[in-house]
Amino acid sequence: MSKHLQRGLDALRQSLVEQFGRVEQMIQLAVRSLVERRTDLADRVIASDEGIDQAEIQIEEECLKLLALYQPVASDLRRVITVIKVNSDLERMADLACNIAERARALDLHPLFRAPEELIEMVTVANDMVRNALDSFVEDDPAKAVEVIRTDAMVDALNKIIIDQLHEMMTSNSEMIEPAVHCFSASRHIERIADLAESISEDVIYLVEGEIIRHKHGVFFETHEGSQ
Amino acid sequence: MTRMLSPNTESIGLMNEVSEAKPKAESPQTNPSGPLETAIHTENLCAWYGDFQALHSISIDIPKNHVTAFIGPSGCGKSTLLRWFNRMNDTVISAKATGTVRLNDLDLLSKDTDTVDLRRRVGIVFQKANPFPKSIYDNVAFGPRLHMKLRRSELDDLVEWSLRKAAVWDEVKDRLNGSALGLSGGQQQRLCIARAIAVGPEVLLMDEPCSALDPASTLAIENLIFELRKQYTIIIVTHNMQQASRSSDKTAFFFDGRLIEFEDTERVFTMPKNKQTEDYVRGKFG
Repeated sequence: MSKHLQRGLDALRQSLVEQFGRVEQMIQLAVRSLVERRTDLADRVIASDEGIDQAEIQIEEECLKLLALYQPVASDLRRVITVIKVNSDLERMADLACNIAERARALDLHPLFRAPEELIEMVTVANDMVRNALDSFVEDDPAKAVEVIRTDAMVDALNKIIIDQLHEMMTSNSEMIEPAVHCFSASRHIERIADLAESISEDVIYLVEGEIIRHKHGVFFETHEGSQ
Repeated sequence: MTRMLSPNTESIGLMNEVSEAKPKAESPQTNPSGPLETAIHTENLCAWYGDFQALHSISIDIPKNHVTAFIGPSGCGKSTLLRWFNRMNDTVISAKATGTVRLNDLDLLSKDTDTVDLRRRVGIVFQKANPFPKSIYDNVAFGPRLHMKLRRSELDDLVEWSLRKAAVWDEVKDRLNGSALGLSGGQQQRLCIARAIAVGPEVLLMDEPCSALDPASTLAIENLIFELRKQYTIIIVTHNMQQASRSSDKTAFFFDGRLIEFEDTERVFTMPKNKQTEDYVRGKFG
């Protein structure tokens, strides 16, 4: 392999890991702003989005450069394709973190509103998924990626419980409708972040195993059960 | 003779086909219908140059009407294998081989095989274009004159059909009696392909056919390979990974005289099974 390509791939990996770190921090701040009712944290999240957007474009340009100049194949090709996809998912995660921060700001106007307790648990699980997705990418670890994919069902279940509780709250107390809608949206955004962590994990499995498992988790898990 | 004349009777339709590139999706490779028909069956082929064993138990079935690329570092045996497919190795005194190589029912390794007829059925195009020092017309007509008895008008039709099939007709039609040596490298190579297909081969062997050509001529040859696959079985030896990935349906990777991996080209360049194949296509060695 050309040393230029190897250097480019190394730099690309480093850039993406850094972007991952920034997005992970944004998500953590966003959910803290929501749970702890801290608008200062929400402001920090929203302010940092521009940097994420710029980094996303730089990483994408670097991927296109490597494709155009070196026409990578096999695992090198899979790595560039994975970076392109993960890069896009990270940018969307950052946007969702901003949306959560905006909901946190809106909830600041409703001091009497109490979010369902399951929200904290959901936030914890979603954060773990994002961190594990990053680890699976950094370590080229498909087993960890599988763990993330399996965990997504838990977030979906918690989201449903939260939505049911918010629905009940809105039905019983009309004054809580507005904050409950904000909380409802925030919960959906967290659930979407978990979905994107799952999507990144699918890409890590493609990177390492060369297999596209999107839409067919069951088949993949069945055939790889022995390795889990 | 009947078989040879058939291209002429269809020539108008075929002429129109030649220059129209078809999308890759139409490649026979993407046809999921069962196992592929075999053009050349090779089993446990071992080959030597004197005491040096160049090929070790090669077993490979070359699919009919597909393009198969042979890749591997220099000295890995890919050209040796190619040259056993039409017995070009007969010209090397120390060359010998054991095992089985069959073109349909014809035993290619048998001493009784008529090598002149074999080379009509299995044509070869070399790295460096090697037109005869004759006119363009005579280059293409050389084989048919040797193998067939055609009337002048039939020969004219066959020469035109072959040159059109090789996508060089438009460039040479006004100077068919001019020397073939006056053509550019890319034109000479396409002329050699026209010369090979004029005798109605079943298989076309190409030993690094573009290595001495500029990008435009290379593209013309690759487009030609794409078109010719509909009627011929093509085997191309290449050191150019991009060419192998662009032009072929199947790819065979050789190393140290052994067949390491033989798979769909798409698979070889995205997810090769073998670590050595992976390292080679990534350019880590060779």
